[in-house]
Amino acid sequence: MIRQLPSRVLSTRRRNIPAIIGGTLGVAVLLAGCAGIPADVDGTLRRAQDGELRVGITHNPPWTNTVNSAAPSGRDVRLVQEFADSLEANIVWTVGSESILTDQLHNGSLDVAIGGFTDDTPWTDRAAITAPFREERVDGNTKKHVLLTVLGENQFLTTLETFLLEHGDDQ
Amino acid sequence: MTAHAVLPPAQQRTLRRAIRIEWFTIGFLAVAISGVYLVMGNSQAMKAAWIEDLLSLAPPIAFLIAVRIITKPATDKYPYGFFRSVGVAHLVAGVALCTMGTFLLIDSLTGLISGDRPPIGSIQLFGQVIWSGWLMMAVMALTIPLPIYFGRVKMRLAKDLHNKVLYADADMNKADWMTAAGSIIGVGGIGLGLWWADAAAATFIAGSILWDGWRNTRAAITDLMDTRATTFDDHKPHPASDSITQYLRSLAWVADVAVRVRDQGQFFHVEALIVPTDAAVPTLTDLRVAQRRCQELDWKLVDVVLILTSELPRHLQSRETDEHDRSPLPALPTHSSDSAGDGVFTGTAARWLALG
Repeated sequence: MIRQLPSRVLSTRRRNIPAIIGGTLGVAVLLAGCAGIPADVDGTLRRAQDGELRVGITHNPPWTNTVNSAAPSGRDVRLVQEFADSLEANIVWTVGSESILTDQLHNGSLDVAIGGFTDDTPWTDRAAITAPFREERVDGNTKKHVLLTVLGENQFLTTLETFLLEHGDDQ
Repeated sequence: MTAHAVLPPAQQRTLRRAIRIEWFTIGFLAVAISGVYLVMGNSQAMKAAWIEDLLSLAPPIAFLIAVRIITKPATDKYPYGFFRSVGVAHLVAGVALCTMGTFLLIDSLTGLISGDRPPIGSIQLFGQVIWSGWLMMAVMALTIPLPIYFGRVKMRLAKDLHNKVLYADADMNKADWMTAAGSIIGVGGIGLGLWWADAAAATFIAGSILWDGWRNTRAAITDLMDTRATTFDDHKPHPASDSITQYLRSLAWVADVAVRVRDQGQFFHVEALIVPTDAAVPTLTDLRVAQRRCQELDWKLVDVVLILTSELPRHLQSRETDEHDRSPLPALPTHSSDSAGDGVFTGTAARWLALG
């Protein structure tokens, strides 16, 4: 008698499977109707809009040039300035090496890092990588350019990616 | 003594269906594995689900290899035939599941404890930029219905064929939908900004893989240890050993019987020790008839050996005490005990008495 119990529990569960699948799909469809997916864990996008965008920059011409650290220049700089404009945000610059910038992305004190990064960057456990937006030929290899941003801020990430896919080649 | 074991026509048809559905399963898994790999991105839950899909290939492959090997006739080197290949395949699949389950569980728990936040970006699809999470959830949703169907069909076939690898496979297919649903919930959680949902879902999936592995490894080891033959789902002792005992007991020349039944995967090997009555020692014809009748009791009984002896071996007589020791119930009623306990255990007690 006792041995039969698990099989009875199993068979009840089996009958519920269609209901559970239906429920899951229903919830998925409902969610699809909602705006705001994906959402940010820490609300980065909402904070940046009409506020400030904290951008880390490392010297890597022609993509970034920090010789004049008060007014950096370069193609990635112009790109991120356009993005900030689209959010009506002011940029706060932080100059540093790749490892320092990715540390700051990881602990949440930066929103974006630029410096001609490519999609084979080793910093994937400390920073989120955008979809490639520009291609460059280096020694016969195609390098795909990306920006680095905060892990888990997926609304911010997708907003940035959408912008890059539309404007990435301009610069 | 015995011709090579052959399945009856009905079971042969079942076997052909089982082989066909296992090939379908492999085809489906190949598509699902590639599809999930293409969209899985940075989600830990998707990675776990992908590895589970990859591991789900093991039982169908093991089954297809085993059904080929067991048809080989016994040789001088392998006098018992090749039936055990099913058990070996079962064990290998179980250990693989355990290893992967442990690895994934540690991986997911580390992610959960260190607070990893999975980034899931967007993808350009037919000129439209969409969040990859939607694509992941859609692909996982597509992998739900077929395994459920496969699982149900295989469960029926496994029962008919008495094949435990097929049963393990059916059981895994049945559980696969939970993995897919788990990863949908994980990715959906990321979408809602719940960073922990993904790692939590992955932990749940890893736990289910480990559980599958543990159960299968245990079942495979028990079978290789020549445990008492059970039904295909290991839920209860197989009725064939009872029917042999009862049949032999009914013969006039039999004073006492002890039966040992070994599950060889698809078929059973039976050793029946018989103490004949003093008055009527059986002739060779009696033995031959009894042996044939035993084999006719069930198609799985392909190799029945009758052994005449003056006394039953002690360890077969004392089986009753072994059962008491292994029983999950702390105190079993003795022969003189109260009726309430007897009511529950009548079936089991009766079986022990038959063996004793």
